[in-house]
Amino acid sequence: MKIVDDVPSPLTALDRPNSYIGRAVPRPNLKRLTQGRAQYVSDLVLPRMAHVAFLRSPFAHARITSIDTSAAGKAQGVIAIVTGAELAKVITPWVGVLTHLKGLKSAPQNAMAIDHACWQGEAVCAVIARTRAEAEDACELITVDYEELTPVTDPETALDADTPVIHPDLGDNLAFARSLDAGDVDKAFAQSDAVVETTFIFGRHTGVTNEPRSIIADWNTGDQRLTVYQGTQAPHMMQNLYGKHLGLEEHQVRVVTKDVGGSFGIKVHSYADEMAVVALSKLLKRPIKFVADRLESFVTDIHARDHRVTGKIGIMKDGTITAFEIDDLTGIGPYSVYPRTSGIEANQVVNLVGGPYACPNYRAHARVVFQNKNVMSQYRAVGHPIATAVTEGLVDLAAAKIGMDPVEVRRKNLYADDAYPVTAASGIKFEQLSHHATTDKLVAMMDYEALRANQEQARKKGIYRGIGFASFIEVTNPSAAFYGVGGARISAQDGATVKLDGSGAIFCHTGVSEQGQGAEAVIAQCVASSFGVSLDKVRVIMGDTDNTPYGGGTWASRAAGIGGEAAWQAGKALRENVLAAAASILQARPDDLDIDNGIVVDKGTKTERITLSEVARICYFRPDTLPPGFQAELVATRHYVPRNWPFSFTNGMQASYLEVDTDTGFIKLLKHWCVEDCGTVINPQLVDEQIRGGIVQGLGGALFENCLYDERGQMLNGNMADYLVPMAMEMPDMEIGHVVSPTADSELGAKGAGEAGTAGAPACVMNAINDALRPLGAEPLTQMPFTPGRVLRALGKV
Amino acid sequence: MTPHYDITLTVNGERVTAHVEGRKSLVDFLREDLTLTGSHVGCEHGVCGACSVRVNGAVLRGCLLLAVQCDGAVVETIEGVSDSGEIADLQDAFEKRNALQCGFCTPGMLLTAQELLASGKGTDRDEIRDYISGNYCRCTGYHAIVDAVQAVAQARHAASE
Repeated sequence: MKIVDDVPSPLTALDRPNSYIGRAVPRPNLKRLTQGRAQYVSDLVLPRMAHVAFLRSPFAHARITSIDTSAAGKAQGVIAIVTGAELAKVITPWVGVLTHLKGLKSAPQNAMAIDHACWQGEAVCAVIARTRAEAEDACELITVDYEELTPVTDPETALDADTPVIHPDLGDNLAFARSLDAGDVDKAFAQSDAVVETTFIFGRHTGVTNEPRSIIADWNTGDQRLTVYQGTQAPHMMQNLYGKHLGLEEHQVRVVTKDVGGSFGIKVHSYADEMAVVALSKLLKRPIKFVADRLESFVTDIHARDHRVTGKIGIMKDGTITAFEIDDLTGIGPYSVYPRTSGIEANQVVNLVGGPYACPNYRAHARVVFQNKNVMSQYRAVGHPIATAVTEGLVDLAAAKIGMDPVEVRRKNLYADDAYPVTAASGIKFEQLSHHATTDKLVAMMDYEALRANQEQARKKGIYRGIGFASFIEVTNPSAAFYGVGGARISAQDGATVKLDGSGAIFCHTGVSEQGQGAEAVIAQCVASSFGVSLDKVRVIMGDTDNTPYGGGTWASRAAGIGGEAAWQAGKALRENVLAAAASILQARPDDLDIDNGIVVDKGTKTERITLSEVARICYFRPDTLPPGFQAELVATRHYVPRNWPFSFTNGMQASYLEVDTDTGFIKLLKHWCVEDCGTVINPQLVDEQIRGGIVQGLGGALFENCLYDERGQMLNGNMADYLVPMAMEMPDMEIGHVVSPTADSELGAKGAGEAGTAGAPACVMNAINDALRPLGAEPLTQMPFTPGRVLRALGKV
Repeated sequence: MTPHYDITLTVNGERVTAHVEGRKSLVDFLREDLTLTGSHVGCEHGVCGACSVRVNGAVLRGCLLLAVQCDGAVVETIEGVSDSGEIADLQDAFEKRNALQCGFCTPGMLLTAQELLASGKGTDRDEIRDYISGNYCRCTGYHAIVDAVQAVAQARHAASE
């Protein structure tokens, strides 16, 4: 392995000096991370800061009859003890619904349970003390009397007449349902040569960010302002929520996000305990810090997946897919999470199943039910791993049934690369995808034929290897169609403000935020390229609602495609402003000038005319020497939101090669490939690493990760030792390739890349396992995670 | 008042004397009392490796050691090995290869990788994967980390030949 320094790639969007588009430049923030000089919220200490620990419900469903805090109040270091009822005087409850998810309902949720605890882990009382340890000591001295209620834990029976209704005011335990019927599904199945039906089960799992959720809220009564330091993906969204529920104007709230130790969708939601922290700061008039410990992370960080999908596919002997049908059931916990709701994942499953394939007949039914478990909501690749596994699992089973090669059946049915624009059966719209080009590239990259030969040889020695494929599509660059139209104040647009400072350097203030993806580098690349300076002259400011343009933050693979375009346009606008100023100084015409590597030059001859620092010096310190009537504007702001397409879909294909030990059920991942198309690649290294990281998160869900609950709603493995996440030795090397179909919606043409890996990896592994075990006559495995026990059961060995 | 104890230890080459709570972990002592926040707290039960620090030459879990156990010990953290330049090549390789994303696991990962490299190993990918398996990374998928460690192992081998 040799690490190569940044090499200019042929993928430059502009034939100019300082064109960093398509180049693997290193991220500007890396050194502070490698030297241990980052500043995560958990590192931060403020004057007068106190710590909160929450006493949490040990029951999944209970009525709280009394709370006795008298002993705890006398404990060392205790500053205050606050119950849910007391806190409700400071912060109003919320309801996690969106109007475009028709019929979605949820109950009002409070920052802490008042008299009704709905999941194991819900906070019922807060202890504020000088140290976290003292706060936890005092929690142990609180006596809460609970009347245990029957918990609703099984989604399959959540709607039965004899199952208790968790929130009686809602009438039933149904949060949301959606049905879709396109084409003529019954006729298509009736005319098919073969029909395959099976049930896929997706285990509940969670994000396990290495840095747990962390927040410090600081209500300053002098300023009448609340400053919240928080590891969040959406600072402006949180600013709005805190203002709204504390009765403050939005401008009274500032959210500051510095380094964030992983997010993956976990940190894009409101959390009841974090709402409690801001309320406690307002109540106690001092900074309050809360860092979730790992045990409470497992029972409070949003969980995801937990779907049971019955799927059906029809196919002709020639491989033509005739119809898809699914029935999806998912349990989301006792509340729909605010403000993005818990209806989106099922909605996405309905939207995405069958998505890569030109099949007009599709019927879907989805139900989302409440249960007394931790809340569920959007986690990396929302809905995609489920939809992709169902679709690709069905396609493979159908192909096996008619004896067709899995690549062949896909080539037969994938939308042709020249067919776009396309509206799929579910109604989703594709601007330009490249399924056939990505398939061709993938098959060549992995040397499919050689791999099949290797598989065949291994089988002769009793070694069972499998090859699995998954074509996928991914929602990126969301417009207001995702949340805004449903009434949530979550910005789809993003802004960038760039300024020339007094020394000739560029500052770019952006609404997108950084949690490790490399957004800071991407924004700098866009500005440096469109303005015309070297990267080291660009400083990016992000994660501060006081100091950045209004924006959505970083989620749904939007930072590069949306934030990058805004930064690109802002750089261009500033360039015009600076050239106007330089022209005024030089008595030249702006059109005759250019900015080249930080120097104003004559267009064409490249003769140096004036440096940026000299332009800045004159404009800032000697404006008296400028011609009368000319005012230099050395700041420019631009915003961008996709308008022509509700989402910018990306596509790709993944492949997995693995070995199943038929004696132990263990699965060894040998190699993984992904070819994807995210449009213009701004930074190939960062895109590849997003794909790789995403793949491994998908592999985690496919093989290891599972929040196990018993029938009483108790999480059984809520710690890092028992909840398994991928470790280095279990993970394969991953080869990544690209096809480039830029979106015409933006000048840069970049789509998102953050979730493609997670979308396709589980499907691919599932298909590879079943490919490995097919000669042994094993029942196809369709329940994730694919544990050794499940493998052995499929083989009939246990 | 929980019991407190006097301890004296060497942290990143500096002699430190402190009066610490008996129940306080080493990593909490480093982070809270010495404000060395480069060592991170990920799980507090010895699994994730984010709190890895070097104690008397061995990389250990800072959350599984009590500060009082380290009376008389020599402790080195990411801040120390960064300032001394000991792992400059490894940090450089991690940066060039983007072998970190959020960076939360990185200090522990670097110390563990350095321990492997210092033993003269690390050119073999499986060996690297095995050695760093006690350090969880949720962002990268490990491939880039293995690349970076392997590149440094090869460079150090080449330099010593």
